[in-house]
Amino acid sequence: MVAIRVIPCLDVNAGRVVKGTNFVDLRDAGDPVEIAKRYNVEGADEVVFLDITASSDKRAITLDVVKKTAEQVFIPLTVGGGIRTVDDMRTLLKAGADKISINTAAVLNPQLIYDGSKKFGNQCIVVAIDAKREGNGWLVYTHGGRTKTDLDVIKWAQKCVELGAGEILLTSMDKDGTKDGYDLELMEQVTKVVNVPVIASGGAGKKEHFIDVCKKGASAVLAASLFHFKQLEISDLKKYMKQNGIEVR
Amino acid sequence: MNPKIAIIDYGMGNLRSVSKAVELCGGDVDIISDADSIKKYNSIILPGVGAFEPAIKILNQKGLDIAIKEHISNKKMFLGICLGFQLLFSESYEDGLHKGLNIIEGTVEKFIPKQNEKLIIPHMGWNKISISKTNKTVKEMFKNIADESYVYFVHSYFCKPTNKEYIATITNHSIDFCSSIAKDNVWGCQFHPEKSSEIGLQLLKNFVSKCEVLNGSN
Repeated sequence: MVAIRVIPCLDVNAGRVVKGTNFVDLRDAGDPVEIAKRYNVEGADEVVFLDITASSDKRAITLDVVKKTAEQVFIPLTVGGGIRTVDDMRTLLKAGADKISINTAAVLNPQLIYDGSKKFGNQCIVVAIDAKREGNGWLVYTHGGRTKTDLDVIKWAQKCVELGAGEILLTSMDKDGTKDGYDLELMEQVTKVVNVPVIASGGAGKKEHFIDVCKKGASAVLAASLFHFKQLEISDLKKYMKQNGIEVR
Repeated sequence: MNPKIAIIDYGMGNLRSVSKAVELCGGDVDIISDADSIKKYNSIILPGVGAFEPAIKILNQKGLDIAIKEHISNKKMFLGICLGFQLLFSESYEDGLHKGLNIIEGTVEKFIPKQNEKLIIPHMGWNKISISKTNKTVKEMFKNIADESYVYFVHSYFCKPTNKEYIATITNHSIDFCSSIAKDNVWGCQFHPEKSSEIGLQLLKNFVSKCEVLNGSN
């Protein structure tokens, strides 16, 4: 059986790892290369590298940082931020990325999901969805959480998979940075309708939260500040998950 | 001197990830993309991220298919990774039916959920390998690697060799499938050694050692 992946996320702004609360108030958390290196040694199952301002600032991702980060990790590296074309994807794959995460560009041009998956395979295309509660459901946000769309998260997730997305990185904007647990209902609703892996993101504060979201169908669990500020060691977390009957590497 | 190992660039691979891992394991890597260059090397790696059809088309167009087959029949070392592993087989059912290199007899088929089964596809993440006790080449390929080790997979299709004796490891994802093969000088793995941390690097070290031995005997 495939193990649940524990994934530290490196939100990168101008070449530094940052972390905010509810997508704003960014705090410096260190050098991306050094942090990725540490996680590789500590037993992370994958690293997600997101250039969080790339899309809003309309600038290309800093390939150099991606390259340097990729040199330090011998585990899968997913890279996102500012990717608009199939050529952008190819450039990142050549720089050392294993998977490409798209968010704003996928909403603006859903054909990109199809084209990317046709060219590089479904498994290569991760669609990141930033979800915020609205009424009884959730709406999709783009541009690093700055722009609201009228897309329903559940329907959008289904459409992404139909178009060829091989994985969904699902972030709850309401929970992001709050440390009071993942949005379990959101996770349950999305995993119910798609059969690709879903990465849970936003809200992890303690070990128990990871167990809760795995029970709702998450294939992987992602956190940032918990790991960056050493409030939780990846090895301790995995030990705890194993004790609670969750298969981990 | 480190053994020279060529990685084939056919526009589909995660080249940098593979090359930096092989370099760390003691190989001297050249990235090549034309059929003539293959002749200069005793060891080649066919990596791969992508879909079967465009990949085999490019190999055929560039004459890489013939060059790879020659390389293998000359008993030189070969390692296929993920799509580069699947391409070795006779045919694939990914987006229609497409002929492969036919170096290993068998098919490439899609994971299909059993009745009432919620099966996550792609098979993505870390899973265990059960190492064959009957295949002889497997001892070299999996030297210093424990049975039931975790390695990293990302794929929606799996290989089904006709001849079971070439199977080096088995992995379970709804069904038991062949996660690697070892047939004399031909090694292939569905998982990504370059992304499987220490275990994967050990397999690449084993490949590099084997390439060293081959160079020494020339």
